[in-house]
Amino acid sequence: MSGTFVGMPKFPGAAREALADTQLRYNLAHATGTIRGKRAAVVGEVENWEEVRLAGAAVKERALLELDQRLMQLEGALTARGATVHWARDAAEANAIVTGIAQAHAVDEVVKVKSMVTQEIGLNEALEAEGIAAWETDLAELIVQLGGDLPSHILVPAIHRNRAEVREIFLREMAKVGRPAPAGLTDEPAVLAGAAREHLREKFLRAKVAVSGANFAIADSGTLVVVESEGNGRMCLTLPEVLVSVVGIEKVVSTWDEVDPLLRLLPRSSTGERMNPYTSTWTGVTPGDGPQEVHVVLLDNGRTRALADEVGRQALRCIRCSACLNVCPVYERTGGHAYGSVYPGPIGAILNPLLKGTGVDEQVDSLPYASSLCGACFEACPVRIDIPEVLVHLRSKVVDGHRDDRIPKPEAVAFKAAGWAFGSAERLAAGERVSGLAGKVLGRRGGRKAQVLGRLPGPGGAWTDARDLPVPPTESFREWWERTDGGREEDDDDRT
Amino acid sequence: MRVALMVTCVNDAMFPGTGAAVVRLLRRLGVDVDFPRGQTCCGQPMVNTGYLDEAVPAVRSFVDAFAGYDAVVTPSGSCAGSARHQHALVAKRAADNGKDPGLVDAVAAGPPTYELSEFLVDVLGVTDVGAYFPHTVTYHPTCHSLRMLGVGERPRRLLESVRGLRLVELPGADQCCGFGGTFALKNADTSVAMGADKVRHVRETGAEVLVAGDNSCLMHIGGMLSRQRSGVRVMHLAEILASTEATTAVENETGREAGSAGGAR
Repeated sequence: MSGTFVGMPKFPGAAREALADTQLRYNLAHATGTIRGKRAAVVGEVENWEEVRLAGAAVKERALLELDQRLMQLEGALTARGATVHWARDAAEANAIVTGIAQAHAVDEVVKVKSMVTQEIGLNEALEAEGIAAWETDLAELIVQLGGDLPSHILVPAIHRNRAEVREIFLREMAKVGRPAPAGLTDEPAVLAGAAREHLREKFLRAKVAVSGANFAIADSGTLVVVESEGNGRMCLTLPEVLVSVVGIEKVVSTWDEVDPLLRLLPRSSTGERMNPYTSTWTGVTPGDGPQEVHVVLLDNGRTRALADEVGRQALRCIRCSACLNVCPVYERTGGHAYGSVYPGPIGAILNPLLKGTGVDEQVDSLPYASSLCGACFEACPVRIDIPEVLVHLRSKVVDGHRDDRIPKPEAVAFKAAGWAFGSAERLAAGERVSGLAGKVLGRRGGRKAQVLGRLPGPGGAWTDARDLPVPPTESFREWWERTDGGREEDDDDRT
Repeated sequence: MRVALMVTCVNDAMFPGTGAAVVRLLRRLGVDVDFPRGQTCCGQPMVNTGYLDEAVPAVRSFVDAFAGYDAVVTPSGSCAGSARHQHALVAKRAADNGKDPGLVDAVAAGPPTYELSEFLVDVLGVTDVGAYFPHTVTYHPTCHSLRMLGVGERPRRLLESVRGLRLVELPGADQCCGFGGTFALKNADTSVAMGADKVRHVRETGAEVLVAGDNSCLMHIGGMLSRQRSGVRVMHLAEILASTEATTAVENETGREAGSAGGAR
């Protein structure tokens, strides 16, 4: 029923296709523009925002540096409160654990709280393969799931859809998996939300097993925290008898107090709200209240690999707010699918290579280059992840992975040559004389003084297909400096 | 104070008029700027594409060329950012790999590098540089000058003090133009999509000149403006600040652009 990111083309090709989708371009420009405005307004009202940012970054950084101790502490606290803790090295292990729990209860369906990590491991598909339906209950995730679509945003996975498209999906698909959309469904947001509420209610009331992720895991008390806007997550967390939470190991923080800056940073950065609407917390099993069987699956799936990267480990501070997506000029135009992962945008461009490693998959290796390094993401990040720094670092890892290639890429040859030329001013000047000569020749085509070059062959065509390129000047700056004695002997003619 | 001009490789080869404008401007303000001949490139094209080892010779030639000066001034926010934020990284990696072990100390000992507007406002303490430029202008703050260096309002204050100049607001000014170095080639489609929006905003202003502090970004935006035959030209901030009544008279007489030896961009 759902799509898959497996086999996605490299970013430039996927982006080219997405850029041609005018509906996508319009929907994204509108949606990201709206969220950007809301975020800027509510962040602007916090006078000590930078201090809170620093505090949030420090909390996550400290937890990562003490990760082994914090995780053992978390396991101990959870176990003491009646939860069962499982450890999963990778997606396959985590999926097997969750599937096993569902099978032990002989259910053919589970309800799901919106969760990035279960998307990361492909849990729905794994459950489906065992004949267990996983119902997404977050409104946007429901839209994506019903549409057989893929999420394109961390917070708003159906951001690429507008309300007219949502209406069509509901009318077409809801009846196939449960309560149909009411006749006369309009594209009014409240009407669409009402249809989703009716559709989901029967699933909430019926389900025996729920699956969630967690935004934070508090080590000293063994408390998990889920932050959401709709209350649908809380339905899943409270009604079913069995609750399984899949938690990336980087979600751990030491104490309740440390959640404070994070809960202040997250809503303003993500939805542009001052306070989060539904914040659910639970600590193991509470007799007679809520799920009576609680499982926590602590997942690595590449996180220790990322942790071992001294520059890249800061990406594990991410609290999945999506601020970097909303401010990214690349994301705003290509949308999330082009990144080929449930983690798109600037954070996805660093997180995917960090979790999966470079030099394995060309698609993953293309992601660090999917950025103009404009720095808007770093500026917006509530936990101060220097995304441009990590992007450049990962580019160097991609390049280093090809240093032993038998036949080097043309780009590698070009940069080796450039490195050589830039090692000496004499060599550079020689190159500039060739360019100046070219300028003299190219500037006089057809007996008229040309100002721009025509279309270039080869890689230069990537520039000239859409942009003019000036004819190189006949004299370089250093030649001008020599000829005019550093501008002291220039005449009017030099000013042209 | 011994001040050195880092002209940048792009300006040296493609836009010598910008370098000449900086020289003319600084001389007018009483700074006897020098051009150390050993300079080549800041190394940023290599670093930002992931070729850190290949950046070592450029960083070495940079530190050698500028050693002994009190300040380096450059008409590029991006290259100033590279010198300030990337050279130490390149040097450390070189040392870790047993190459050029002296580079780390040489980078640390080098003079401070200022982007042009920073040098004028912070070091020289001027905002009115005595320029005259009777045109309607809009200003694009380039990403690295805005976010990596934090030049803030400095370029605007300089422009607002230029006689005859009318500065009009650029909508979405802080959005990246899409140049991004090799990004413009590796992800040309996305780069052009970003540039198309920047160009649309520039044209909306009705300005006749787009000004910025980085010629590489201007080469991209200007290349699109030129391809559209938009009638909007691009100029480096230095060229506007170097303009005076005298250069404008030359411009009017010859019908050519003052100070832009690089021609159309």
